[in-house]
Amino acid sequence: MKRTIFSNQLLPWLLLAPQLIITFVFFLWPAAQAVRQSFLREDAFGTRTSFVGLENFAYLLQSPEYFNSLKVTAIFAVSVTVLSMGMALLLAIAVDRMIRSTRVYTTLLVWPYAVAPAVAGILWWFIFNPTIGIMPYVLAQVGYDWNHISSKTDAMMLVVIASAWKQISYNFLFFLAGLQSIPGSLREAAAIDGAGPVRRFFDITFPLLSPTTFFLLVVNIVYAMFDTFGVIDATTEGGPAQATNIMVYKVYFDGFIGQNIGSSAAQSVVLMILVLILTVVQFRFVEKKVAY
Amino acid sequence: MIRYSTASAVALIASLGAANAETTIDWWHAMGGELGTKLEEIVQGFNDSQEDYTVVPSYKGTYPETMTAAIAAFRAQQQPTIVQVFEVGTGTMMAAQGAIVPVHQLMEEHGEGFDPSAFLPSVVGYYTDSEGNMLSMPFNSSTPILYYNKTVFEKAGLDPETPPKTWAEVEEFSKKIIESDAASCGFTTGWISWIQTENFSAWHNQPIGTMENGFGGLDARLSVNGPVQVKHWGNLKKWADEGIFKYGGPVGGDNAPPMFYSQDCAMIMNSSASRAGVIANATDFELGFGMLPYYDDVEGAPQNSIIGGATLWVLSGKSDEEYDAAAAFFSYLSSPEVQADWASFSGYLPITSAAGEQMKDFYAENPGADTGIKQITLNEPTENSKGLRFGNYVQIRGIIDEEFEQLLSGGKDAQGALDSVVERGNALLEEFQAQNQ
Repeated sequence: MKRTIFSNQLLPWLLLAPQLIITFVFFLWPAAQAVRQSFLREDAFGTRTSFVGLENFAYLLQSPEYFNSLKVTAIFAVSVTVLSMGMALLLAIAVDRMIRSTRVYTTLLVWPYAVAPAVAGILWWFIFNPTIGIMPYVLAQVGYDWNHISSKTDAMMLVVIASAWKQISYNFLFFLAGLQSIPGSLREAAAIDGAGPVRRFFDITFPLLSPTTFFLLVVNIVYAMFDTFGVIDATTEGGPAQATNIMVYKVYFDGFIGQNIGSSAAQSVVLMILVLILTVVQFRFVEKKVAY
Repeated sequence: MIRYSTASAVALIASLGAANAETTIDWWHAMGGELGTKLEEIVQGFNDSQEDYTVVPSYKGTYPETMTAAIAAFRAQQQPTIVQVFEVGTGTMMAAQGAIVPVHQLMEEHGEGFDPSAFLPSVVGYYTDSEGNMLSMPFNSSTPILYYNKTVFEKAGLDPETPPKTWAEVEEFSKKIIESDAASCGFTTGWISWIQTENFSAWHNQPIGTMENGFGGLDARLSVNGPVQVKHWGNLKKWADEGIFKYGGPVGGDNAPPMFYSQDCAMIMNSSASRAGVIANATDFELGFGMLPYYDDVEGAPQNSIIGGATLWVLSGKSDEEYDAAAAFFSYLSSPEVQADWASFSGYLPITSAAGEQMKDFYAENPGADTGIKQITLNEPTENSKGLRFGNYVQIRGIIDEEFEQLLSGGKDAQGALDSVVERGNALLEEFQAQNQ
């Protein structure tokens, strides 16, 4: 085995230092602070602090609002993932079958990805605004009374659409690349054997796409759970009646608006543990079943 | 070497200059748009009026954002001298005894000729401790009033000069308006929490919490599930189902004003400080003003309404010079001229009786502009109508909105929704009490 030996012991550390410092300052240190805060009870200004052990966690486990938030997060993450990946796959297949103007469509479809989540939220908020928006007007023509301010279902649909729309572009790019790397000869052979387009898709294309699909699954769930804060904040602010109060938003609301830092920290610790479990499950168990 | 010495010489001169110059203090505020411009104008007026002090105003976003920023800054020991905090943050600020300098103390130690009796009791009462000492300086206080569309009233065959006085009249007028097709809904409202719950309770002399609505101490708890409030929430649900009332959304009810401007709804209950905005948007119809409606079968109604808005808090950990500056600035702010100018521009209430006197001409020229001040001074405040003081109240207001939404969607009845407000709110109050003891 050949190894590169650095005679200078300091140099590798120096080269690593920028990355290590960033990781420490922006990830490890705040995470450690959150763990510390989760065991404390403190007033807003930090003038009175007391150690309360696991009380913040116990309070969470008794709180119906917290369980509601868990449920809402699950529904939201699954819906966003399914919707954005499904739409992206459809679009990618459509573009993949095109002979000309593939590039134009690809470019156009990628645009929404450049839109920041908060902007995407505002955009959809305008489109679906019950008083001034165009969609409620259109929906009223077909007899649907859209009002995401009072209807929990409408509110959830709004945040799912706004969050998924942005992510479709990203998924589309990966699916398209995945589709184009599948040799045409495989599908042709199946066609000669008499398999129809649907059969060819499920027997050949979809299994060969599975590495891409698996990768996107991870990315999308992480996106839906952690990157959609801007969309929620710009559209529903977690309402109505907590119907869209996903865990990340609740951490922000309880900590920054409610000034309950102990509970907010305990929630972030739970979130950290969840991410840990999610990652382990995905890579240890799901990955084995995917044919690379 | 030469370069270094030049640099240090420059630095030395700069520092000498700073030592001679005036004391500069920061004021973090939450006034955007036109109000922000006016605020800067007032600060400029103060800075130009004397040479010892400079106030630097910084806009920090919404009320919660400004408060959060100040708290975070305090924890990092970078706090501003003055911060504007909205009324529901009062409980949190008051409980933070080591973090604030009460205004009465600041004015006694650093100010000249401070006379607490010059202030309107119905405004400063909200911000005094149990001994009657002023803790923060009211800056922008308002109270909810009724705005109505005279044009629609006329179309519906109602007297355009008579706004409804009671809730029974609100219902009756709304039905006429809808039946005659003058508008598609009777009324909407901003702030379910502030207007239809807190002010509603004060207006009917009903408590929303124990121990004088929380003024008595940290162990006060909510009691807003009384029969009068339950009846009103029940009616709002009934009226929402009948199309008489339209819900404008949580917190301030952002969707309510557009419904009034577009003449979908004939009446709106909203802050007296939105007067300028309402006038600017009421271009296609005649606008009328009235007091909040009441139930005439409730004894003691109408009592007086309570205020909302924000006050200025002074944070601890600053030098004597900086506190001198803050005291001088507060004296300037509460002078009748500045108050009258600010109040007539914005629709906020004047905070001193002298300013109220100065505004007599303005009120005479602008009918309806004095509705708010008449309403808060209608009767001597009782322990139910002084205001309220609870910790974690930003979240409790969120709970009020959520439970109201539960009521509207049919998940709970009025009693159930208000019982949940009390139960969930009290859990937060217990938590706050534990944090601050």
